[in-house]
Amino acid sequence: MSEVKNFLYVNRKAPHGTIYALESLEVVLIGAAFEQDVALAFLDDGVFQLVKGWDTSELGVKNFQPAYTALGDYDISKIYVERESLEERGLSEDDLLELTYEDEDDDWAEKSSIRIVSREEMAQIMRDADVILSF
Amino acid sequence: MALLHTVNKSPYQCNTLESCLEHVGEGDVVLLIEDGVYAAVKGGKAAEMIARAQGVKICALSADVKARGLADKLVDGVEVVDYGGFVDLVTETDKTQAWL
Repeated sequence: MSEVKNFLYVNRKAPHGTIYALESLEVVLIGAAFEQDVALAFLDDGVFQLVKGWDTSELGVKNFQPAYTALGDYDISKIYVERESLEERGLSEDDLLELTYEDEDDDWAEKSSIRIVSREEMAQIMRDADVILSF
Repeated sequence: MALLHTVNKSPYQCNTLESCLEHVGEGDVVLLIEDGVYAAVKGGKAAEMIARAQGVKICALSADVKARGLADKLVDGVEVVDYGGFVDLVTETDKTQAWL
């Protein structure tokens, strides 16, 4: 059972209105410990999870946004964000968190994990995955 | 007879905002709460719907706006209110319709 599969976590929900975003993040971080090939996809309202600058103090809930920046420490270097979903919501890449990883094949250079892809590319990414987990 | 309408769902996930805006009348107030605040993001498709609502005050709840990182992204004309302001809106209007 040493075969590495590629897992795609598909995120389609906004961060605070439901528990999906937080649950997804927890499962991703647990799953990453099993040394599988992990990628994350953010489309539809899921792109709102990556909008930087959360201040949850008035809301009285824990701010789990810093946990996204830990993804790089778990060797998660493929974070796909759908361009059309961003544009429909008045967002651009500049509004998103800066998520990075250290590339072991390039002298541990720090690189961005975020890859903005088209809807068509996202469809192909889903088809190419061995396993899809949906949130 | 002024109504306070609350909308708590993302306009990109379901049609509650759309339905709400088709039922508002002159002098009504629409308060965006929870994921409803995403409707007020400048440049988004839902913001165009809000811009078309004439004679209606549109508000967004501060705690929900800030929690989602949207404080500097709201479209002009949307008034941000805190929890105290929410209470004021309830008392200033005759009744509340929650678009769940």
